[in-house]
Amino acid sequence: MSHDGDVGARLAFDRGAPGRRAVDVARWEGTPAALPPPGLLRDAVRLPELSQGELVRYYTELSGRNFGVDSGTYPLGSCTMKYNPKVDDLVASLPAFAEAHPLAPAATMQGTLRTLAELAAMLGELTGLPAVGLAPAAGAQGELAGMLMVRRALERRGDLAGRRRVLVPDSAHGTNPATAAMAGFEVTEVPSGPDGSIDQQALARTLDGDVAALMVTVPNTLGLWERGIEAVAARVHEAGALLYGDGANLNAILGRVRFGDLGFDVVHLNLHKTFSTPHGGGGPGAGPVCATPALAPFLPAPVVTEDADGSLRLVRPEHSIGQLQQFHGSIGVLLRAHAYIRSLGIEGLRAVSANAVLNANYLRALLEGSYALPYQRRALHEVVFSGSPQRREHGVRTYDIAKRLIDYGFHPPTVYFPLIVEEALMIEPTETESRESIEAFAAALRAIAEEAERDPDLLHAAPRHAPIGRLDEAGAARRPVLRWQPPAQPAEPRDER
Amino acid sequence: MTAGGGAPTPYIPNTDADRALMLARLGIDSIETLFDDLPAALRDPAIALPPALAEAELMRLLARRGAQNAAGERPSFLGAGAYRRSIPAITAHLVSRSEFATSYTPYQPEISQGTLQAAFEYQSVVCELTGMEVSNTGMYDVASATAEACLLAARVTGRRALALLEPLHPGTADVVRTYAFGAGLRVDTLSAPQAMTAEHACLVAQQPDFLGAIRDLESVAGAAHDAGALCIAVADPFALGLLRAPGDAGADLVTGEGRDLAGPPGFGGPSLGIFAARERFLRQLPGRIVGRTRELAREGHEPRTGYVLTLQAREQFIRRERATSNFSTGQALLALAFTISVQALGPQGLRRAAELCYQRAHDAAARIGALPGFAIVERGPWFQEFLVRGPLPPAELARRLAAREITAGLDVSARPEPEARDALLFCVTEATAPEHVDALVAAMGTIGARS
Ligand SMILES: Cc1ncc(COP(=O)(O)O)c(C=O)c1O
Repeated sequence: MSHDGDVGARLAFDRGAPGRRAVDVARWEGTPAALPPPGLLRDAVRLPELSQGELVRYYTELSGRNFGVDSGTYPLGSCTMKYNPKVDDLVASLPAFAEAHPLAPAATMQGTLRTLAELAAMLGELTGLPAVGLAPAAGAQGELAGMLMVRRALERRGDLAGRRRVLVPDSAHGTNPATAAMAGFEVTEVPSGPDGSIDQQALARTLDGDVAALMVTVPNTLGLWERGIEAVAARVHEAGALLYGDGANLNAILGRVRFGDLGFDVVHLNLHKTFSTPHGGGGPGAGPVCATPALAPFLPAPVVTEDADGSLRLVRPEHSIGQLQQFHGSIGVLLRAHAYIRSLGIEGLRAVSANAVLNANYLRALLEGSYALPYQRRALHEVVFSGSPQRREHGVRTYDIAKRLIDYGFHPPTVYFPLIVEEALMIEPTETESRESIEAFAAALRAIAEEAERDPDLLHAAPRHAPIGRLDEAGAARRPVLRWQPPAQPAEPRDER
Repeated sequence: MTAGGGAPTPYIPNTDADRALMLARLGIDSIETLFDDLPAALRDPAIALPPALAEAELMRLLARRGAQNAAGERPSFLGAGAYRRSIPAITAHLVSRSEFATSYTPYQPEISQGTLQAAFEYQSVVCELTGMEVSNTGMYDVASATAEACLLAARVTGRRALALLEPLHPGTADVVRTYAFGAGLRVDTLSAPQAMTAEHACLVAQQPDFLGAIRDLESVAGAAHDAGALCIAVADPFALGLLRAPGDAGADLVTGEGRDLAGPPGFGGPSLGIFAARERFLRQLPGRIVGRTRELAREGHEPRTGYVLTLQAREQFIRRERATSNFSTGQALLALAFTISVQALGPQGLRRAAELCYQRAHDAAARIGALPGFAIVERGPWFQEFLVRGPLPPAELARRLAAREITAGLDVSARPEPEARDALLFCVTEATAPEHVDALVAAMGTIGARS
């Protein structure tokens, strides 16, 4: 990988030459029909002109300027960056699945529909919430589905007008309050107590008859068990509200305790996290919702149903909140998650949570003393440290620590989230990291803690060994350059004759 | 759990020996202790899942399931929102590189320049195709992108009703209603743009429309603007290889479906929602945006060009309940695939592919229209979809074709438009095999002769 050229300065648009092409397109040989009138047609479109080899080299070069789970340890907290099994990709790419048109008659799609029905049943079993909708495209859309189900359920029982508020803990992921707002509710933030769980007294004070739902992440974003959640569930239900679960952190408790048994009414899962579908540089994902039978009529459309003769088809639930996508959801992602669950079985999935939690606690033990640990409780799938002593004592921010980790060959953890931890370093090793790589990662972070004391500027200047150095993010926002523009043409020489 | 103390699954490295070492460091003797906070009464419920399958067994199971799908094999003339395209071979090859596929949202730009620069290419391609000034990095699909565009229109106009111009894809209309339910917005369906009122925040118009006809977007946008509303064009990006850019025709926001140029239809997903806008809406955009910038400093060298996520003050992780959207994980890998396909085609290739699509579709329609008992419904200029009326009711015609292992166009006879009465919506693209068209024409000829 060459780091010296200014790769970023030359887009595909700036490469190649007029007249080159990367692929041939057949010409129409028959008698041509007349084209639509010129007023409906476009002018030439400006696109790059590269030969196939040039285009492949360019994107191959870009891929070399990227870091994935297959490149190395990627302990991005809350994102469950585990190894993605390659056989799952292979399954999803089988032409019998991949080539199908979304409106193909159900009779011709029984293999896909059977697989989706099986996935829904398995997710229902794993969460204890048997009414499953597979349509949401990602976690945030699953949240929207769930909160719209809450809205529809309240509306159906004539109780929506009085219930305007949704309670969200201050440790929640930003999508939770944003979703509640999109679903038409006002958000009331609930503080966390000193142990990182919801402050029960504060909750009791704000939970009254105008509350539609409480949104809780279990385990929460501090990587901690939400203590007393069963009692919270009971209290929420007594107040006539519903309990929404953010299940993005299911990896910690797979096979060990179920949302339905805890008293949740509806949860969303992130298949791209817990069920190991590749994150794709920021998607595609899938965010199914799992709910109690009472909420089944409100599920997003479509859901798979089985007729008496054993044949399957897609239907719209009776009081559905509606569709979330033009067609049926992220089928390719759903197929991968199905393959993942089928290859592991319940024993394998229990081993997932066991080793994810063991790895996080091992890492916690290796780093204790080097960084501040704001919550002294046992971790589940992730552990949140704070770099505030480093900031206070050495003028080194978590931002700098993260950048220095890049020099050691690791992807940095999530930083500055959850918002309730100052200078947060949120680390989720996942079960697929080996003991040796966890030790190596911890050794790097310990070395960086020492560097912060000895030579803070080393951290301020990091990374040195990355494809590019620190970028001017403030400048990017102040003077947005958001697309390619043709280079300014030199002014035409004026013809004086 | 595995005999001999080996690793429990191929994806988990820890052996019994590793676990023993790690537990010793933690000063406990069982992993179960780590779960002590969980409510004891509810711990470890019985969970019934099918037994685990080794890789080869898994492949056998899914191959069997695949064999129960007949759809991929047979001639199909379904379009209606999902169009088979000739995807350049390099697209699948490049997006399968695991540096792209196994990374996540580029929070650390120094080691995510691949994803970021590719997203900048994507934004540039989308702006060129749509005639818009700004684009985000992509949304879930065309329908949810359109719903988000409607929410944007409601925010900037302060109006509480949305107008959908028929014929619009029913899935798109449905998703707009889903999002509007949360936002408390009214949704009106219009059969003509002149029905716009001062209550409407926007007019949503599909190009080509759901029944295949090419719209004069300029007059649609004019009607929207006369009512003080925004014009949202829902455009097929492939058709834009031939058709006037919606921005050029006066649209304020453009959405579209990018999946068809990213890969095979995949039973409809994952998809890619294109979302592009006029510059004045930049700070109202939902989703992620990538911007170009430079290194802060570089000893002894010119700072190099790089890319970062930008204008993030719109987003949920900063703005929380006041964000423009809850959007987080998107469709980055499909956006990459879309970009590579379009750039591989290039300016001439895209135009030529769109014309090939147009010609193959028109040729097929002419052949069908010449069959006794069959007629193509006249609707003015169209791109790749056409309405067919046959000698039999649409459902019966589709059944007869299915009996010959041909999947007919979509039955649209229940739609409100008069032209859809008794009609099937057929689609032929540049990727439809000519033999399949021959088979269809032959089958229709036989059916026509018998009825
Ligand atoms: C706890 C939590 N909730 C919700 C989400 C949103 O999921 P997605 O990014 O798939 O929309 C995430 C991840 O981004 C998360 O970590």
